[in-house]
Parts: sequence; structure tokens; C-alpha cells
Amino acid sequence: MAAKIPDTLPRKSATFDDYTLSEIRRAAATGIYDIRGGGAKRQLPHFDDLLFLGASMSRYPLEGYRETCDTRVVLGTQFAKNPIKLDIPITIAGMSFGSLSAQAKEALGRGATIAGTSTTTGDGGMTPEERGQSKTLVYQYLPSRYGMNPNDLRKADAIEVVVGQGAKPGGGGMLLGQKISDRVAEMRNLPKGIDQRSACRHPDWTGPDDLAIKIQELREITNWEKPIYVKISGTRPFYDTALSVKAGADVVVLDGMQGGTAATQEVFIEHVGQPTLACIRPAVEALQDLGMHRKVQLVISGGIRNGADVAKALALGADAVSIGTAALVALGDNDPALEEEYNKLGTTAGAYDDWHEGRDPAGISTQDPELAMRLDPIAAGRRLANYLKVMTLEAQTIARACGKSHVNNLEPEDLVALTVEAAAMAQVPLAGTNWIPGQGGY
Amino acid sequence: MAELDLKEIGVRGVNAALQASPVGSNEQDWLINNPMGQHAIACGLDAPLKVKIAGHVGFYCGGMNQQAAITIQGHAGVGVAENMMSGQVWVTGSASDSAGATAHGGLLVIEGNASSRCGISMKGIDIVVGGSVGHMSGFMAQSGHLVVCGDAGDALGDSIYEAILFLRGKVSSLGADCIEKEMRPEHLVKLAELLDAAGIDKNPASFRRYGSARALYNFDIDNVDAY
Ligand SMILES: Cc1cc2nc3c(=O)[nH]c(=O)nc-3n(C[C@H](O)[C@H](O)[C@H](O)COP(=O)(O)O)c2cc1C
Repeated sequence: MAAKIPDTLPRKSATFDDYTLSEIRRAAATGIYDIRGGGAKRQLPHFDDLLFLGASMSRYPLEGYRETCDTRVVLGTQFAKNPIKLDIPITIAGMSFGSLSAQAKEALGRGATIAGTSTTTGDGGMTPEERGQSKTLVYQYLPSRYGMNPNDLRKADAIEVVVGQGAKPGGGGMLLGQKISDRVAEMRNLPKGIDQRSACRHPDWTGPDDLAIKIQELREITNWEKPIYVKISGTRPFYDTALSVKAGADVVVLDGMQGGTAATQEVFIEHVGQPTLACIRPAVEALQDLGMHRKVQLVISGGIRNGADVAKALALGADAVSIGTAALVALGDNDPALEEEYNKLGTTAGAYDDWHEGRDPAGISTQDPELAMRLDPIAAGRRLANYLKVMTLEAQTIARACGKSHVNNLEPEDLVALTVEAAAMAQVPLAGTNWIPGQGGY
Repeated sequence: MAELDLKEIGVRGVNAALQASPVGSNEQDWLINNPMGQHAIACGLDAPLKVKIAGHVGFYCGGMNQQAAITIQGHAGVGVAENMMSGQVWVTGSASDSAGATAHGGLLVIEGNASSRCGISMKGIDIVVGGSVGHMSGFMAQSGHLVVCGDAGDALGDSIYEAILFLRGKVSSLGADCIEKEMRPEHLVKLAELLDAAGIDKNPASFRRYGSARALYNFDIDNVDAY
């Protein structure tokens, strides 16, 4: 009897994995690229690849419950008459009314105000709900200028000129017809139900020399009271930070590739821009070269999830961080309690990212009045405030353990890296060595 | 009439005086001397002032204007009357790029020519240009009217939404989704009104109307080259 020849197991390709195959089939069936919300989902070098050393014989910790560890931060100290004073170094990033429901915007304002921090408008202008609930509100100045008007500009506490967004550096915005309700259409001066495209370049300036003049105009219109932030994506952080400072920015907001978006092409989200971790040191170096570190404040965003991420970003030289996706999760986005409804949309809690379709069962990324009604802005705002408080306590815990009386006193010397990549990007030693890749000639 | 010398008090001094000008006071009529091509002159006004600027101005003159009537006796730099909400900005000379960009209302008159991107992303403003406009004028124009008595450069009205373009001369090329449209009686009436407001004596019937074909309003893969 012939011996049975052993079969090899069926083997799937690492290159052509299930997700890749499904995307090829989807593209072949529709002829349209995939659009989604959220940030990069692939594995990237990130803050988890860094560890704090903590105190030891040579460094003394602060007493956890007795010695204070300050978290206050002032943004826009350079030119503005009224800098932004925050209790915590975590701000809420710009997310548009349009991409988010009015209830979600209100909840962000409520939560941030309880926690003592700022929120930010987005592509689509300022809503009264948002202004009403946000003690400190940053007004975004975007290429589309939807809803842009001098009255709202003057109502804002700071102005953020948006040059780029980490999820889509060099890309414009889009809001698909499903989400252009009457109210959104009116605020944007557009017909209802059309796909709204927003430009990627500002209509009346290009480059840093023009930006300097634009910033002068914004200051002239607002009596030199309000700090001017410039938001850039994580592409060429050294030069973009230096040029933002040259143009007169009071604050530079730097958004890495993990940063969320309301909607853009998947290929853009996953393949353009640099990881947040890789952007911070070059930006800080640019500020230091110009003698402007801590004078022009640096706000980092893109994948910030907990107090450890906050502490690590600050240790690398940021003055504050900003959160988008995590704030939405705190409000109730992707809640497993809604699993059945996510299943009906062909997805699962934790993976839902078709925010552009406006069918969000959590009532956050939608303009459908019935869905939006599901979000209670007061309760959701409370959750956000709780979450911000926890992040702050976590960052303080770490800072105290490193012997710092202010979270901003954390420094790169407090960190080591778990991987060679993270060591190179964060310019801190690989754990267990004194080797920082790229320094000392090797 | 009150006079301000920009050379003496700088842009900040001029703007602070204009912006503080109390409604109903005698200080409603201003003359700005020596503008020296400086930027951001007379921006952010919000009162029914009459402001005359004696000379050329730089970028963003009359930016975000509300209510005021500003006359520039000379040429204007980039973004004149950008994001104007109401009132009037009048340029006796020519204007650089992005004149009237993103403006929501009011009237912008340019007696000479306007450079590229005139009326880019306009959101309700009326713009009348006595001469010609450069390329990409009316790009993504959302609403309002752009009247051009001369010619238009390449890609006029590219990705235009609901704005209405009137052109008397030749157009080098039309941008994506911009087409010539029938001039109906209501358009002739509106055009006559705009020409009149700009003090231009031309027959409305000698203009053509352009606007959106609305073919790009909802994504269609077969139009992908046009996006
Ligand atoms: C729903 C949503 C809408 C957004 N809208 C805007 C916007 O209008 N303007 C902008 O500059 N960034 C926008 N962003 C990006 C955020 O401001 C921020 O850069 C990003 O969310 C930070 O990364 P994180 O989501 O990982 O925290 C949006 C992000 C999300 C998730």
C-alpha cells in the first residue's frame, strides 16, 4: 500500500492578505477608491515603543499625593494680547460641524470646559452650540473658508490657520452628499445633498511669505488679541515648523499620520505622511535652532490615547497635545453596546469607520436628526471630562515618578526606546544601551 | 473728512482709528494718505464708513469688510476685499490675484484688470471687472456674480458651484464642469443692475453667461478625469 503523501496546509499570502484581497474585489466591483474616516490603522512606530525610566538613586521622585505636579499650560505667549490659558495640556482637535452632529460638538465643548481645556471648530464654521458650551474655542481658518466670517473670528479665543492634516497631508476635505443637511448646506453656502469638496490650498496665499501677511491681516482684524496657531501635517516637520515660526505663528500644531479625519481616501490615510513619533524631535529642533522653543508653543496630535502618550509627547518637547479620535470614543463612538447596529452596517464595534456615510449608530458622525438625538450632550460631555481627567492624572503620575513638578519638565533623558526604529525617531537610547541610532557616527 | 497719514502712524494706527470709528459720529469720512503698498489696510471694518485710500495698496486691503465703502485710488495687491461680507470695495486701477476671494457679500469693482483666481470660492459677492481676468477665475465659485467686461484666461469657472459668470470678451478655456448657459431675461436685468452699480456703460446683451453643468455634484467614476 502506497504511503499517503502528506498535504501541506493551505497557506495565505502575507503580501496578498485577506484585507488586500477584499480591497481589490471592492475596487473591481465599484471603480471608486475607498473612502473612510479615522486615522492610519496599520502598525506604526508609536509612543508604545518608548518607556519612562522613572526615578532611581540618581533621580528623586515626587511624593505621589502630597507634592504638586502642575499641568497648566499657556499657549500663544509671543504676540497675542490674550494668550490661551489651559488647566491641562490636552486640547480637543478641530472637527467640523458637518462631519460631526451638533450634539457631538456641544458635548465636546461641555467636556473640555469642565476639564479646563479648549475645543476647536473645523471645516464648516462655528455653531452657536459650540461657542456657547466651550469656554475656550479655537476657530479654524481653512482653505474652503466655509462659514468663515469676521464676527465669528472675533468671537473666537484663538485662530488656527490650517495648512495640513496628518491623515491627508496635501489633501483637501470632502463631505459627501449624505451629510449635507439643510443646516450644513446653509452654513457652507452650498446646495443640499451634493458632495462637498474643499480645496487643499488656501485661495489667497501660498507659501510662508504670503502666510506672514495673512497672519498680519488676521491680527489686524482681531486687534492683535488672539493667538494665531498654524496647523501642519507631519510631512517635513523641521522645515514646516521653522517656516511657520518665520510666518509669525504663536503656536504650531503638528499632526502626525495616525491623526484621524472625517473622511478621505484610504490610500491617503495609510500611505502619506510620517508617524507622529517621527515628527516631534525635528519640530523641536527647528524651534530650538530659532531660539523659540517654549516661546512658540508646539502642540502634537495623531494617535494620542492615554496619559502615557501625553507624557511621552511632552517629554520629547511638545508643550501640549491634541486629541480627535480618542475624544469621539469617550463620547461613545464605536461602543460595543451598539454591536448589533454595527453588524447591520457590515462592520463591528471598534472597526466602524464609514463616518462619511452619516449613519453612525452612536449619533456622533451624522447629520440624521434621529441618530443625532441619541447622543446626550450632557452625559457625553461628562464622559469626555472624566477621560481628560484620567489622562491628566496618568501624565502626572509619570511626571512625579520622574521627579518633575510640572509635566512640561519631562525631558528626552527620561525615556528609552524598545525598538531601533523608535530610538532613531525619538532620538532616545535603545533600552539597555546608550545607543541612539544616527548619533555618534553610527 | 478726517485724514490719516499711514507713513506716520503705520497700518496698525490707521486700522485702529478706522475700527474704533463710532457709528453716527462725524468721523465717517476718511482719507488715508501714503498707503505705500502696505498690506492689510482698512481690513475688518464694521461700520458704514467712507474710506478713500490715496494710492496703491498691498495684500488683503478691505479684507472681511462689513458695511464700509472703501475706494482704492490705485492698484491693489493679492486678495483685495477677501471674504467681504457687505459694503463696497472699489479699485480704480487693477488688482492682483484672488480678488474678492471667498467673499460672502457686498460689491467689488475693479476698473482695470484682475489677475488670476478672481472670485475664487466666492460665496455671494458681486464682482465687476472693467478689464480682463486671469486664469482660474471663479474657481469653485459657490454663489454671487462675476462680471468681466474684457476676456477671461484659462479654466474659467473650474469646479464651479452656483455662482453666475458674465463675460463680454473671449474665454481662453472653460474649467471642469463650467458651461455656457442661456442668458434669460432675469439675468439681463441682474447684469444691467451690476453694470449700473459699477458705472459701466455696456449693453448687457453683449455678454454671455457661464455657470455649472452640475455634473460633478455627486461623485461619478466616469467623470473621474474632471475632478
Ligand atoms: C471626525 C473628524 C473630523 C475632523 N475634522 C477636521 C477639520 O475640520 N479640520 C482639521 O484641521 N482637522 C480635522 N480633523 C483632524 C483633527 O483635527 C486631528 O488632527 C486628529 O483627529 C488628531 O489625531 P487623533 O484623531 O489620532 O487624535 C478631524 C478629525 C476627525 C476624527
